[in-house]
Amino acid sequence: MAVELDVFVGNTTIMDEEVYQLWLDGYTVNDAVKVRMEGGALDECEANADVLLSDTMDQYRTFQMCERLLHSPSKLANQLLFQIPPHRQAMLIERYYDFDDAFVREVLGKKLSKGTKKDLDDISAKTGVTLKSCRRQFDNFKRVFKVVEELKGPLVENIRQHFLLSDKLGRDYAAIVFFANNRFETGKRKLQYLTFQDFAYCAGQLIDHWTVGAVDNMVEDMDVDLDKEFLQELKELKILISDKDLLDQHKSLVCTALRGKTKAFPEMEANFKNLSRGLVNIAAKLTNTKDVRDFFIDLVEKFIEPCRSDRWTAADTRLYLTHYSNSAHILDTFKHQVVWDRYMGVIKSCIFKMYHD
Amino acid sequence: MPGKLKAKIVAGRHLPVMDRASELTDAFVEVKFGNITFKTDVYPKSLNPQWNSEWFKFEVDDEDLQDEPLQITVLDHDTYSANDAIGKVYIDIDPLLCSEAASVISGWFPIYDTIHGIRGEINVLIKVELFNDLNRFRQSSCGVKFFCTTSIPRYYRAAMVHGFVEELVVNEDPEYQWIDRIRTPRASNEARQRLISLMSGELQRKIGLKVLEMGGNAVVGYLQCFDLEGESGLVVRAIGTACTLDKITSGGAPATAIANATTHMHPSTAPASNACNSPSKDGKESPLAHGCRSTHNSPVHSACSAQRLSQNFSVSVPTLIFSGMGSGGSAGKEAGPLKTLLRQQTQTALEQREFPFFTLTSFPPAFLLHVGGVVSARSVKLLDRIHNPDEPETRDAWWEEIRQEIKSHAKALGCHAVVGYSESTSICEEVCILSASGTAAILNPRYMREGCLDVASMDHRFEEPSPSNCGFCHIPYDEFNMPFPAQLTYCYLCRRQKVPDVLFTTIDLPSDAAVTGKGCLIQARLCRLKKRAQGEVNATAISNLLPFMEYELHTQLMNKLKLRSMNALFGLHIQISVGENMLLGLASATGVYLTALPTPGGIQIAGKTPGDMSNEHHMLTIQKRINDTIAKNKELYQITPPELTEEVVGSPIPEPRPRNRLFRSHSESSDELSELDLSHGKKDAFVLEIDDTDAVEDIHSLLTDAPPPTGFHSCNTEVMPGIYNWTSGIQMFTSVRVLRLSNANLTNQGLNKIFTDLCENLLKSLYFKLRSMIPCCICHLNFTVAVPEEELIQVAVTAVAMTFDKDQTQEKLADRPITKGCSETEEQLQFPLELCVDCPSASTQPPSKTSGTVSLLTPAAKLCQNQLVIVQTEGVPISSAVSSRDRCSTWLELLRLKAHTIRRGSVKTMSSLERSSPLTESRSRSLRSNRCSFGGSSVTVVKMTPLSFLPGTRVVKYLGIINMFFIRETTSLREEGGVSGFLHSFVAEVFAMVRAHVAALGGNAVVSYSMKECVLMENPNKNQAQCLINVSGDAVICVRELDQEPASSATSLGQACTSGMEGST
Repeated sequence: MAVELDVFVGNTTIMDEEVYQLWLDGYTVNDAVKVRMEGGALDECEANADVLLSDTMDQYRTFQMCERLLHSPSKLANQLLFQIPPHRQAMLIERYYDFDDAFVREVLGKKLSKGTKKDLDDISAKTGVTLKSCRRQFDNFKRVFKVVEELKGPLVENIRQHFLLSDKLGRDYAAIVFFANNRFETGKRKLQYLTFQDFAYCAGQLIDHWTVGAVDNMVEDMDVDLDKEFLQELKELKILISDKDLLDQHKSLVCTALRGKTKAFPEMEANFKNLSRGLVNIAAKLTNTKDVRDFFIDLVEKFIEPCRSDRWTAADTRLYLTHYSNSAHILDTFKHQVVWDRYMGVIKSCIFKMYHD
Repeated sequence: MPGKLKAKIVAGRHLPVMDRASELTDAFVEVKFGNITFKTDVYPKSLNPQWNSEWFKFEVDDEDLQDEPLQITVLDHDTYSANDAIGKVYIDIDPLLCSEAASVISGWFPIYDTIHGIRGEINVLIKVELFNDLNRFRQSSCGVKFFCTTSIPRYYRAAMVHGFVEELVVNEDPEYQWIDRIRTPRASNEARQRLISLMSGELQRKIGLKVLEMGGNAVVGYLQCFDLEGESGLVVRAIGTACTLDKITSGGAPATAIANATTHMHPSTAPASNACNSPSKDGKESPLAHGCRSTHNSPVHSACSAQRLSQNFSVSVPTLIFSGMGSGGSAGKEAGPLKTLLRQQTQTALEQREFPFFTLTSFPPAFLLHVGGVVSARSVKLLDRIHNPDEPETRDAWWEEIRQEIKSHAKALGCHAVVGYSESTSICEEVCILSASGTAAILNPRYMREGCLDVASMDHRFEEPSPSNCGFCHIPYDEFNMPFPAQLTYCYLCRRQKVPDVLFTTIDLPSDAAVTGKGCLIQARLCRLKKRAQGEVNATAISNLLPFMEYELHTQLMNKLKLRSMNALFGLHIQISVGENMLLGLASATGVYLTALPTPGGIQIAGKTPGDMSNEHHMLTIQKRINDTIAKNKELYQITPPELTEEVVGSPIPEPRPRNRLFRSHSESSDELSELDLSHGKKDAFVLEIDDTDAVEDIHSLLTDAPPPTGFHSCNTEVMPGIYNWTSGIQMFTSVRVLRLSNANLTNQGLNKIFTDLCENLLKSLYFKLRSMIPCCICHLNFTVAVPEEELIQVAVTAVAMTFDKDQTQEKLADRPITKGCSETEEQLQFPLELCVDCPSASTQPPSKTSGTVSLLTPAAKLCQNQLVIVQTEGVPISSAVSSRDRCSTWLELLRLKAHTIRRGSVKTMSSLERSSPLTESRSRSLRSNRCSFGGSSVTVVKMTPLSFLPGTRVVKYLGIINMFFIRETTSLREEGGVSGFLHSFVAEVFAMVRAHVAALGGNAVVSYSMKECVLMENPNKNQAQCLINVSGDAVICVRELDQEPASSATSLGQACTSGMEGST
């Protein structure tokens, strides 16, 4: 007495948001039915397990058929196969492209290649996100990456227009693309405490200030590649640590400004040269792709960790960095103010964001 | 050269990748009509080609225009090998041939391939220039309007109802031709699709000719069906009701408009004789109680096998009237029908064709006088190869026979007409069951005899002035010579005429009928095993089973009706489906409590062996359960007949009511027939006897029918009695289930249980799916059952869920006709919009506005109809025809724009005013794209419903009939998600194609939508499946009914268009 076929098709496609989420989360039909039963679906409309199973299967089939369209969301709006009201379409797309922070944290900065895809089962085991869901999220990253790779114009806008995503999700994807393109190292143990949102924020800063797009907004890859000229110019900042006088002058200016304003002042004074060397060295090395990749780990090792071991508060760091970057303007022999500001502006914001437990 | 068809291929989008290397496609298009083919250029390396072709012109006969579809094939150009087909679009251009329907077809169509499904879309523009041909002997019937809707379409009035039209055409099925062995499945599917498209075109044309012959201009309730007879061929048949429809233009009071709506009927169709003189039938036959009569024909056992089953042979078969529990008829019985038939045959062909049948299910008030009951006839036939497609006499004769049967049944019920008439078949291998059913009725004789009458005076001469509108419940037959046993009482409303205790009909509940409480869906389900057999033995076995099945279904219906404390069934549809080793029967209807009819008694359980104590106890519990259920149902359906409360409350098995007693003496025949009748009509309380386990099972199954969950209602008629205030939320759906019976040794009982569960579970699933729409009613819930293969049961359902306002501010019943009337008056507001197709004689419009423009508009309007009138009577220069046609498309745009603005909630007339300035072709196209852009998406929302209306909206234009047939096949069933996945995507594709066609015609909705056929064949072992779907409906433009209908916008639109016309004439 097997049900050989069971189909329900509405003129307006019926989609249950709860079931959609279960599908996205990679539940099998049977697991989804269990979850729904536990969620009290049986109390609705005198349903029984068979009804729930039939409904879940049906919805899963619909989603599978829609999936092809979701791969290029603009098609969803003018395809003829499913009649879906616009607000439902938006929901479908937004949810489909949504991702788990735990998952994205694992692949952030990795090459979106077949090799990484093979590791997905490990990631799945580690994060508790089902393999199916991992695959979808990974494929989404890859798909967005591929599409925007060849486009001119601002990254976030391109992503939003091509994938019809919300501003928030668009920015997140921009970060993912940016990280994947520059292959920033994010997986080291020391960086584990950082969340995806921390990185996404930093990526936003880098995109806004350090890429080609920050100066010219009509070139290819403008928001994905760092501005090479700028990176070259950063080498000039080395003078701040190589010139002994300049270093001392800088230190005294900063210390004068900071004195009495924080409990951590002694440590600041003692560590000034070390910290300054750290930050300037990071700047000077960014012409090397390898060092670009280590940007975040360097920030943590060279600046955040020493400060933390000296028990600076977040406010201390903020105070220190503000004066550190502002004082450089008063140094009369230091000629690279513009580059310095462009560099320190981003460094400051990144460190502020990253300075937490 | 009566017509010129023009087609332009604009663009494609979302095409599939045909060249793997480049991941692109070099697409071009072939446009074919008849034997002429045009090609576009190849648009290289694109998935979104912009062909922007020239106009391809086909100069053809209008006969071809009606028969042939326009065939558009999209191909991938290949320099070295054969071009690959991407897919096809068949476009039925019939809507363009009718002046009042669409004027242009333009839009995106899904490119469909029978193997791959939808593969991208193509944008096409089609127009037709038609020249009026005054040849009397023409073969075409352009201009005859077709409606699937089984009532008079909303903004028309019926000036004449001519009566029944039918036609059938036959052909060989390409699937079974020898060539099929060597061609690809795709080629075979396409040949089949094309053939069926041709055949339905031809059928429609022929029906149209008959309508013209009768002097009509439209077919209402058009029902077209396919019989896939396998080896023996393909039959396409259609029935309908020929009418002369006028647009409602007069500004008179709605009352007269309605009354006019039925003015007169063709005299010849309605034998006015009211007498109940069915020969030879009265005494011997005892048809079903309560107004159901049915017969069964079976093929002769004695027929000499060398001969084909011709008309004569099948008639001489014993007619198994539903009578003495099914023992074969005697020779005496056969004589009657045979003679009748022979007599009929001697009449002229014309007269023979005319049956007083109406495919309509709802009627304007005062059309229907009395309803007798359901009449049905079935006949089992053996199929034989159709040898000569040009002479479909055999099939014609079969149907003729059945119709005669129906006619005589109606006569026996004292009725001269059959309404709500429909025909169907069920085929398994070489056996075919033909069925027809309808409701015997008496139509207003004055309408028929005297033709157009003075309406006002006539109202007073009605038999019953019946303010309560109970007339249709009154018995049409002679009280002392009843055709079947029934209890008669005086009508509970007027107390003057007799009514039966129960009424079964196939029509919709008349809008003015008084109903107590709410209605509900009632289904009877039945499975019967039969021995596997061949040929005539098989046919005989089936025809022997049929009466039993019909009887049991009837009993079930009756029990369930009583259990719900209701007394009438509407929309009764009994389907009997035949398989290799079983027969399935499914009866669906909507039960209601008609206030005019007596309160039904309860159900009483009686045992055959009263001595058994345990049994007695058992019976008491059952009796209690039944009583409880009845009480619960009364509450559920709010059945509280006021005047009888004291009688009903408490014991559902009251003492015999004296009133009923009184009349029992009159029903003389009831005693004679008692043993056939299983006491249906004899006792007040319905008695169920429990004598064996089967009966216990039956009662259990009776009680297991779960009522719909709270917040849900269901019915199989147009609307639910007792529910008002529909809101605009609607969801049309199709659901299909197939069950595989794993156990070969099933009993009838076990099978019944499985079948019942299947239906019940399907309903449960529907309720669950649609739970977000609560409170809602699932309307037009019609099931179709089939036995596609041995051990498979298929149930398909297409219905619509409609939301309604929780606050059922009780509109009084009396108000309802007025609301209906209102919609008609409001129609007149729409009138200025319709100027281009209408004769403006509106008195609703301020005369100052019309007087100046009428004369100008009338001739132009004629031209707008897309027809070039060569014999000009109004003296308009022909040269203006083309421009006015362009204007016509502009008109359409305007309508669309208007619909669009209204849909978006803001009524802005200024913009449309600007747009309505005389437009050139290109301008009107850019306008179209405007429309696209402000919707955000280019896809028009198309609503679909099996009903004749959309709640909260009104139809402003009928654009033509949609009748589509698709085949889908796969050789990668597993990859497509199994049969479910395969069918799911196919049904979705069919919906998409229907929507696309409607949108291209300029419409935004399909009403009276139905899925006529859904034949699924699968072979999981070979990873293959094939499915055929046939759908139909009426494409319409609907506008939302706003409280403040923008009359101003309508007039300004009218003015704008007027100025537009002036500008170019």
